Amino acid sequence: MGKFPLFPEQASTFAPDVDHLTYFLLAVAVFFTVLIFCSIFYLAIRYRRRSDGELPHVPHGGLALEIVWSVIPFGITMVMFTWGASVFFNESRPPNNAMPLYVVAKQWMWKIEHMEGQREINELHIPLGRAVRLTMASEDVIHSFYVPAFRVKQDVVPGKYSTIWFQPTKPGKYHLFCAEFCGTRHSGMIGWVYVMQPRDYQNWLSGGAPAGTLAESGEKLFTDLACSNCHKADGTGRCPSLEGLFGKTVQLANGAKIVADEPYIRESILHPAAKIVAGYLPVMPTFQGLVTEDGVLQLIEYIKSLGPKPIVGGGGALGK
Amino acid sequence: MITAAVPERENYLNNAYGIKSWLLTRDHKRIGLLYLFTVTLFFFLGGAFATMIRIELLTPQGNFVSSETYNKLFTMHGVAMIFFFLIPAIPATLGNFFLPMMIGARDLAFPRINLLSWYLLVIGGLFSLFAMLAGGVDTGWTFYTPYSTTYSNSWVIATALGIFISGFSSILTGLNFIVTVHRMRAPGMTWMRMPLFVWSHYATALIQVLGTPVVAVTIILLFCERVFHIGIFDPTLGGDPVLFQHMFWFYSHPAVYIMILPAMGIVSELVSVFSRKPVFGYQFVAYASMAIAVLGFLVWGHHLFVSTQSVYAALVFSFLSYFVAIPSAIKVFNWTATLYKGSISFATPMLYAFGFIGLFTIGGLTGLFVAALGFDVHVTDTYFVVAHFHYIMVGGTIMAYLGGLHYWWPKITGRMYPEGWAKLSALIIFLGFNLTFFPQFILGYLGMPRRYHVYPDEFQVLHVLSTAGASVLAVGYLMPMIYFIWSLRYGKVASANPWGATGLEWQTPSPPPVHNFDVTPIVTHDAYDYSTVIGQEVEVG
Ligand code: HEM
Ligand SMILES: [Cu+2]
Repeated sequence: MGKFPLFPEQASTFAPDVDHLTYFLLAVAVFFTVLIFCSIFYLAIRYRRRSDGELPHVPHGGLALEIVWSVIPFGITMVMFTWGASVFFNESRPPNNAMPLYVVAKQWMWKIEHMEGQREINELHIPLGRAVRLTMASEDVIHSFYVPAFRVKQDVVPGKYSTIWFQPTKPGKYHLFCAEFCGTRHSGMIGWVYVMQPRDYQNWLSGGAPAGTLAESGEKLFTDLACSNCHKADGTGRCPSLEGLFGKTVQLANGAKIVADEPYIRESILHPAAKIVAGYLPVMPTFQGLVTEDGVLQLIEYIKSLGPKPIVGGGGALGK
Repeated sequence: MITAAVPERENYLNNAYGIKSWLLTRDHKRIGLLYLFTVTLFFFLGGAFATMIRIELLTPQGNFVSSETYNKLFTMHGVAMIFFFLIPAIPATLGNFFLPMMIGARDLAFPRINLLSWYLLVIGGLFSLFAMLAGGVDTGWTFYTPYSTTYSNSWVIATALGIFISGFSSILTGLNFIVTVHRMRAPGMTWMRMPLFVWSHYATALIQVLGTPVVAVTIILLFCERVFHIGIFDPTLGGDPVLFQHMFWFYSHPAVYIMILPAMGIVSELVSVFSRKPVFGYQFVAYASMAIAVLGFLVWGHHLFVSTQSVYAALVFSFLSYFVAIPSAIKVFNWTATLYKGSISFATPMLYAFGFIGLFTIGGLTGLFVAALGFDVHVTDTYFVVAHFHYIMVGGTIMAYLGGLHYWWPKITGRMYPEGWAKLSALIIFLGFNLTFFPQFILGYLGMPRRYHVYPDEFQVLHVLSTAGASVLAVGYLMPMIYFIWSLRYGKVASANPWGATGLEWQTPSPPPVHNFDVTPIVTHDAYDYSTVIGQEVEVG
């Protein structure tokens, strides 16, 4: 049966933030619960019926009381709101120097891809003290990436990218759960997050024998899928050159402008007709069904490697 | 017992006999009993599923049923309890029976539609029951896409169709209540003289009529995608899975108020009668119901905080969620204040009302927890949320429902229930409930996800506690079942007004005559003016 903790381990910078908020919420809840329970006990006994025919005197209503017990709780809830929102806001703003990682969820496993090319299934190795930002995609249904010790959770929704970030503060081994019901073996879609000393992490990275970095795999895909036939580096093809594309503002045929970020590139591969670059015809075929979510992520990494500009700030980790 | 010499007074139960006199009745009281029978069946069905869930969770391994079966169990538990028990439970049984009587009406405005709405519930229930027997459904009661439209190969459509049909039952009941309250009040029954039970049912009816069509539309869209592969929610067909969540919760959040508002109405009646005082701040409690009904439509996004909804939308939904909490708090404070200088009786219904206030307070306060964004990210989709809503829906709604059943049992049946057993069962339910669900708050905060068939070892102790509590709770629920039936024959004969209550339903014999009142009552006093029923006034305290 094991140990019997009341609070989960604190292993990220968010964990104390969330727990402090919890202490506050608990204090308010305990105060009001005790207040109500004691009042009921006291009043019910103090004014218990002593004879069958008794008829209590009716006091006049109390507007002042009504105002007091509406306004004071409202003030307290606004503290809850502000506090909760500020924790959430931090959770949704990954720092610029966060280490990027990719996650692909599918029934019923977590696939993790490191930039250096390491791949893991249901395990995630990360260095202590370094902010990590995950970009997550789903191959099928909605999943949810949840690490209780970090106090973070984010749904992984098919058809779009979601992101999440955290900064581990304590070496160890922590549960990774899928929190959104995803089918028969939902409760088997679990794994471990290993937070390692930076040196151990370096050893771990060099220990595996990856087939090349993520960008290199992407480059190979780029030729295998014949993307390179049209998208020529010098822009002489029928299609725009992808050199330096990532992070650039693109002028679209319909007049709109858009920043070339991960969701834009993913969409351009899977639904090319959705947004057409000004000056080009909608000739690109869709690659839906030809390339997996992992493949798309590798292609994105490859395209990133062609351009100097990483996106800074990079949208909300907890939603877009 | 009735002696042979006195011919039995005619009432709604003995004016006609035979199955047809029930199945074709247009009497709101008989229809209320048909509902009572139906929702009780679904309650015990849902309870059977819950029992199997709790047995499975005794051990971390999945060794009682398979994962497939487990997923179907929690889905069918949710479907049976939410759509076929909690939503109709209070309005369609006690509301149906007493709303017309409390405003001095002979029936609801549309008696035939009232009967029709019972048939719709039964037909919807049969569809869903068929789905359960044919193999079950495994999507969770929330039917999230694209799992429900593309991936699940269980009986999604039959179940959803059952919910769709029963939704019309709910809409028609709401419509009937609204028209009845507007058009059929007895002379002198002004809005501000209406019992709070009527106010809360009026607020509920508004939600039923305005909210339920949205879930009907959502189910039609789900149907189109699952059967005709029209892309609405599944991204591989060009849809958006999160759109489904928005539509689903646009109904289902207000629906949680369909489940709690009528319960609050019962508690207002009970607290008043058993303190022999008007509810403190009557107007505030009445308007709080209306405020909840309106604000309840503005907060659905608090179920989507980690769904990829935008950060700013999340902020707005969190902010608005706190507004709904205030009217609920106002009610709790007013009920408590009603006790002050009252004449408090500890009859069973009052014990249930106390139980309701305590458990609803905990459920409502934890609602404030999960409405705080940074907190919810950690606990959403864990047992913390499971505990939160069970505190409100089981600790709150079912407590109030049982309190109401005990309170009106003498009026409905003309018999008293056995007081000693009833007090004992109220106590058992309160203790069993807390033992079942309190550990789930801790489980959730520790990170135990909901809807898990197999779980890590360290959560076992708390799961065992919860299952132990559930067995106590089951005993508590079976007891009223038994003594209520027993009382039909052996219970003490009830007088017209055994509690000294002011409601018009108590100013007519028990059980009531077919048309409720022999003469149409004329209302000259506010609700809860006990000087009209209790002889002398004495100063208490
Ligand atoms: C005091 C006011 C309340 C507030 C502020 C509140 C807040 C919330 C929030 C934010 C959630 C989402 C939690 C999550 O999924 O992470 C939630 C879930 C839920 N609440 Fe409440 N709540 C309140 C009252 C109620 C009432 C009165 C009921 C029922 C009668 C209720 C029933 C539910 C249900 C059924 C769920 C979860 C459904 C599911 O995911 O399966 N809540 N509540
Ligand atoms: Cu809600």
